Amino acid sequence: MESTAHLFKDNVTRALNDAHLQQALGHVRTKFIDKRQQAMAALPEFEALRDAGRDLKNHVLSRLDEYLVEFEGNVKKNGGHVHWAATPAEARKIILDICRGTGAKTVTKGKTMVGEEIGINDHLAANGIEPIETDLGEYIIQLRGEAPSHIIAPSVHVTKDQVEETFRRVHTDLDPNRNLSEPSSLLHEARVKLRGRFIAADVGITGANFLIANSGTTTIVTNEGNGDLTQTLPRIHIVLAGIEKIVPRIEDAGLLLRLLARSATGQEMSSYTTFSTGPRRPEDVDGPDAFHVVLVDNGRSKLLGTEFEEMLRCIRCGACLNHCPIYHNVGGHAYGWVYAGPIGAITTPALIGIEHSAPLPEASSLCGRCEQVCPVRIPIPKMLRAWREEAFERRLHGNRARWALKLWAALATRPALYRLVTRIGAGALGALGGKRGRFTSLPFAEAWTAHRDLPAPQGRTFMAMYRGKK
Amino acid sequence: MSSREDILNRIRAGRSTAKPHPGSGPSPKRGQVAGAERKALFVRMAQQALASVDEARSRAEVPGLVKNYLSQHNLPAEARLAPDPRITGLDWASQPLLSTSVGGTDGSHPISVTGAFAGVAETGTLALTSGAPSPTLLNFLPETHIVVVDAKDLAGSYEELWTKLKAQYGETMPRTLNLVTGPSRSGDIEQTILMGAHGPKRLHIIVVDEP
Repeated sequence: MESTAHLFKDNVTRALNDAHLQQALGHVRTKFIDKRQQAMAALPEFEALRDAGRDLKNHVLSRLDEYLVEFEGNVKKNGGHVHWAATPAEARKIILDICRGTGAKTVTKGKTMVGEEIGINDHLAANGIEPIETDLGEYIIQLRGEAPSHIIAPSVHVTKDQVEETFRRVHTDLDPNRNLSEPSSLLHEARVKLRGRFIAADVGITGANFLIANSGTTTIVTNEGNGDLTQTLPRIHIVLAGIEKIVPRIEDAGLLLRLLARSATGQEMSSYTTFSTGPRRPEDVDGPDAFHVVLVDNGRSKLLGTEFEEMLRCIRCGACLNHCPIYHNVGGHAYGWVYAGPIGAITTPALIGIEHSAPLPEASSLCGRCEQVCPVRIPIPKMLRAWREEAFERRLHGNRARWALKLWAALATRPALYRLVTRIGAGALGALGGKRGRFTSLPFAEAWTAHRDLPAPQGRTFMAMYRGKK
Repeated sequence: MSSREDILNRIRAGRSTAKPHPGSGPSPKRGQVAGAERKALFVRMAQQALASVDEARSRAEVPGLVKNYLSQHNLPAEARLAPDPRITGLDWASQPLLSTSVGGTDGSHPISVTGAFAGVAETGTLALTSGAPSPTLLNFLPETHIVVVDAKDLAGSYEELWTKLKAQYGETMPRTLNLVTGPSRSGDIEQTILMGAHGPKRLHIIVVDEP
């Protein structure tokens, strides 16, 4: 996927002025958070499970090579194939070769974020093979020519009316006077449209939530059942997975499953959790004839042993997005690449380079809510700071930002000067604020005041009051 | 150098000293129940996930319960039965108004009746394994999926399910293990939950508790 992460500020301006987007984001601010809260309340062991999830993932990362080799051996033992892709280009080639080998015309797809990373849809389409997204949200955005704006709710930026508009534009074979006012009629239309595509597809591509080393099993979690139709109906099932998805045993997948749905949608379990081990067997009535797993690195392995290693614990639940005040306001597309929100702000620099995404780690007030809700306790704010330091050291920001930071550092390390400047500043701003007590516009702070007022300082500074009390 | 070696070498260069396996965390207390309590928890959690549940005191009641369920919901009186002796062996002739056929599905069957490998009370989840008696597509293509599960096959927790799975299948997993918790749904249109996205719109569970 082409990145626009370096244009984050422009993306944000567009997002803040997009009335449809702002309406759609209202649902994120409330529904996800409430549902997760209810799920937490119903499981007293949740905090202990989070600790266990963190420890398990750390263990796996310390033996990642051994588990990957064990997984490979067991997939082969069960009649499947394992492919290793160091880069997106390699992964695309592997998949295209498999599709061509079977003469594929259409490919159905379950939701895969790694698929977005490697840009598989465009590549297949450019080579005459039609990719069909089957998750309802992914289907909607594929028709709209958009990228997902959320890890688990790809079309969260689209309003119901926009879905109706899109379906009317694309499904031109249906009665133009049909009633699509209810969300259920939209869902029904997508179900009917996609059913034939599922059955006709030659290849099905899914992602993986977990790869189980000691049995060679891949796991997907969905609510719609689209992943299951994608992997059971076509002749070939291709699983596309990041190398960090590995767990040693099914018991470990069980631990992460206890964290995943509760953190993501607030469900106890998603409707469908499916474990797949190899292609169909002689006695099977259905299932794919061939089973391929493509293990994608794309910059993950080089994070091991660095201060960014812990981001590889991520299980892609989306909780940090759902709880981020920045995401709530700008949505996912503003982040400019595959992963949005706090996890995106640390993952994108790791995978495509901080030089192409320097504004992303700035997209945080460091309020810490992301770390508070992360099921595997990834210290996201710490990593945001680390990326900020790296961006500063590599001079990736403009001169204005650099000078402002240097000025701030000079002040903050000289307490007497700091107190003097803040006393004068607070007094001056307080006087200028006048009776209204707030500013609707300020020089050098137009970006701030364009969307909210800046309260004028009132009374004395904190240090002055503190001294007064002593 | 192949990409495989390339990736493995980078991992080996970066990874820390191997840490011991820390275990798989606590098993929630909720699932540590047996007997009638376990069945009640399974039923409650399955209903919370928007499945409907009937309880039968014997296997012989199943065909009648299927017929009643279909009538109550104005559904066609035709059922595709999984080629599972536990299902095909029932007295379907006792329901002359219900037509049945046996086998997998290509999507032309509106209703399926299948047998479960197990259930998990902790979350009201069904565990369905693929094989000759249990084609996977019967779990996904029909609009209505009816599953028969024996109360003695209910696990309290996931830990019990994994143990049961190993006892039955040994080291080799079944090709497909489906954990099903309620019917198909989507929240992709304005985060409003709608039932029946691509899989079944209705999931009906019959728990058979033979003394």
